[in-house]
Amino acid sequence: MWIAVKPNGENVDMSEAEFEPTIIAFLCNWCTYTGADLAGTSRIQYPPNIRIIRLMCSGGLDPVYVSKALLEGADGVLIGGCHPGDCHYQSGNYKARRRIAILHAILQQLGLDPDRVWLRWISASEGQYFADTVSEMVDALKEMGPNPLKGVGQI
Amino acid sequence: MIDARIDIQHSTLKTIQGLLRALLANGAVDGLLVPMSLPSGSVAPMLVTDPDALDQADPLAPVLPINAARAASLLTATDQQRTLGLVLRPCEIRALVELVKFQQANLDNALIIGIDCPGTYSVTDFQAADKDTLTSELLAGIASGEPRPHDGLAFRDACHICEQPLPQGDHLALAIGLAGVEPGSLYLRARDDLAETLELSPGEPPAGRAAAAHTYIDARTQARDAAFAQFRDRVHDIDSLLHEFSTCIRCHNCMINCPICYCRECIFRTPTFEHESQLFFQWAGRKGTVRMLPDTLLFHLTRLNHMVTSCIGCGICADVCPVDIPVGTIFRTVGQKAQAIFDYHPGRSLDDAAPVQDFREDELTTLGERHS
Repeated sequence: MWIAVKPNGENVDMSEAEFEPTIIAFLCNWCTYTGADLAGTSRIQYPPNIRIIRLMCSGGLDPVYVSKALLEGADGVLIGGCHPGDCHYQSGNYKARRRIAILHAILQQLGLDPDRVWLRWISASEGQYFADTVSEMVDALKEMGPNPLKGVGQI
Repeated sequence: MIDARIDIQHSTLKTIQGLLRALLANGAVDGLLVPMSLPSGSVAPMLVTDPDALDQADPLAPVLPINAARAASLLTATDQQRTLGLVLRPCEIRALVELVKFQQANLDNALIIGIDCPGTYSVTDFQAADKDTLTSELLAGIASGEPRPHDGLAFRDACHICEQPLPQGDHLALAIGLAGVEPGSLYLRARDDLAETLELSPGEPPAGRAAAAHTYIDARTQARDAAFAQFRDRVHDIDSLLHEFSTCIRCHNCMINCPICYCRECIFRTPTFEHESQLFFQWAGRKGTVRMLPDTLLFHLTRLNHMVTSCIGCGICADVCPVDIPVGTIFRTVGQKAQAIFDYHPGRSLDDAAPVQDFREDELTTLGERHS
């Protein structure tokens, strides 16, 4: 059994429903978050499975928060930053890239699925690409199935 | 650097004490950080400024109560007015090199003095045994390239799989060689100024050194690979991962004693994850149960993310674990993969930036692209 929490705090048993993945997204203020905003103002449709957390820079994302999301049962984590060379702070996205590479290696070694953590460079003008990325990720996660850590209480 | 051979006077330990005393008495150093024998028979690193006290120095004692790189950090990170000699094991030197990169130690006024390490025992095993026997057995063993643990005892897990037991690198001021030495002698590799202070005459490394080092490094590399394979066999999915950490009591001992975990304010020692009771109830409502204290696995996962690329494999984390989780082996196994991404060798050289403090524009170029 797994239970989702509605925005009003009500618990809903989701075992029988079709699996809808939950994605936690950490988006940089200057590129991907603005790209998501553009997708919205352009009325581009994309699945509502994503919960966006805005950061000033992908380089400011500590892996603790990605790990926390996964351990708490998020089906996927999307990290969005500026394209290489375009970081508002010069090099934050390169640092993020190293951290995600390390995180992927750790997840792999510990028997967790690194494919649940996506890093994507999406600029402020790529509203369509943002929407496509969310759709692709939702499809990929539906293929993978729910995060097996969902509902594990002993963590 | 100058290679030299010196004759043993009385005993290996007395000879090394003599070298250290000469450094202190001649003013080459104002103080020495060195393992000292205590009246109880246990051994602890101490800062020594009195040359006469060096009679109690015991850098050969096969025990590693703490990673003394932490002590070296405490003595050198702030203003370092005096010249300090640091008598350290190879894993402690590697930790110190990493701490320098993170600005937690400063070697401008410090001399690193390394000694070949045959391996160490747990503090309790060492304390209970006849210490002189343990030391002399290992001295004989390392000279022939086969340092083996005393009958009925085992080396610490980290030592059993340590493939870097000899001090190496440009940052060494003095290296004291025990592996492959001829009977009655010691092998020294000294920086030119120290060679002069110690009145060493240039010579060659002992003929048998390379072969002796090879023999025992090979054996430990094999043991290491076996331990890595065993871990990867044991932990391969969520159930086995949860099982591996299931006994953790979240005491933070591994973090507190880790020489690389230097953060003054670790996120796990702040109220970041100390939520209100009602939130725990909400999570319990979703999952049925919530482990208390919370975030046990998150703690280990985060520590891996933060410092596994700089893990130098001293294994102190496993020594201090009250529930015997093989933290050191886990970190070394995961570290092997994470370090390989950047072809990084923690503790090897002060010139290599640690992976988490550096980047290259032309690396990992498929990561972040659409079809990676």
